[in-house]
Amino acid sequence: MRLVVSFFVFGLLVLLLWAGLGLNPRELPSPLVGRPTPVFELPELLDGEGRFQHQALRGQASLFNVWASWCVSCRAEHGLLMELARAGVPIYGLNYKDTRTEAIAYLRRGGNPYRAIGFDAAGQVGIDWGVYGTPETFVIGPDGVIRYKHVGPLSRRVLTETILPLLQSLDGAAS
Amino acid sequence: MRRLFACLLILAAMPVAAIPVGTPLEFANPAQEEQYQTLIRELRCTVCQNQSLVDSNAGLARDLRRNIYQMTRAGQDREQITEFMVSRYGDFVLYRPPLQPNTYLLWFGPFLFLLVGVLVLVAVIGRQRRAHDRGLSAEERARLAELTRQRP
Repeated sequence: MRLVVSFFVFGLLVLLLWAGLGLNPRELPSPLVGRPTPVFELPELLDGEGRFQHQALRGQASLFNVWASWCVSCRAEHGLLMELARAGVPIYGLNYKDTRTEAIAYLRRGGNPYRAIGFDAAGQVGIDWGVYGTPETFVIGPDGVIRYKHVGPLSRRVLTETILPLLQSLDGAAS
Repeated sequence: MRRLFACLLILAAMPVAAIPVGTPLEFANPAQEEQYQTLIRELRCTVCQNQSLVDSNAGLARDLRRNIYQMTRAGQDREQITEFMVSRYGDFVLYRPPLQPNTYLLWFGPFLFLLVGVLVLVAVIGRQRRAHDRGLSAEERARLAELTRQRP
């Protein structure tokens, strides 16, 4: 009897620890999911006079990608972003705590997948978006509501399993 | 020899370098300063996760400290600043988690374990007492007598 109880408790502990191994402590639930995008207005990165505002993220489902030229893992996902842009997915960028020259040089090297880019040198808009680790990618509905947040470089698996189906269903619901 | 001396100099300089440098912040009154000092200790740096804002040298932690400083100077109270942080980064930024249904286990778990421990203890003591109260059987008494008789 005592042996059975000990084994039961031991098994429970093993299950608990095993489940803990599978969790990713870096992935925090964002309180922004389900809420409208933060209100912001930033200078456009490439167009010196232009402005980039939160209203730009309305009308169709889109991706909002936070990146910087100093961010190494941003480079890892850049190819995927280019692919998505070529396939017609609207991607908007937030250039986070960067310098203009380096950011532009980065895009010249790797190509520019973005329809518009907000230049957030001070990182204040990034704080409003709850950014804590570049790259971060948000899925925005046509109504301007944040539907999903991915922290870290995008992978083909996340794209095909989560992000692309979500974009499709959001656009489908709107039309 | 000179190399050794250089190493010693570097070692001697290290504790100095570890102290965070920065211009002293000015506050309108001591209450504001206390609020700022408390908040930067109770809010977590989301980049480094196991450090508070005051411990971290990450760029984001620096920006958030600046934000908290400015909000404090502008006369915002603790709840307002905490709300600012939670609405962006979630409850995770709070080192002092709020009491709500999904944190009940966190708050009351230790007491639960204490209760389980006490119950186990009571059960063990009860069993031993019962064994003690039962006394010795006739067989055991005979064996005891034999054992004591054999003593020289």
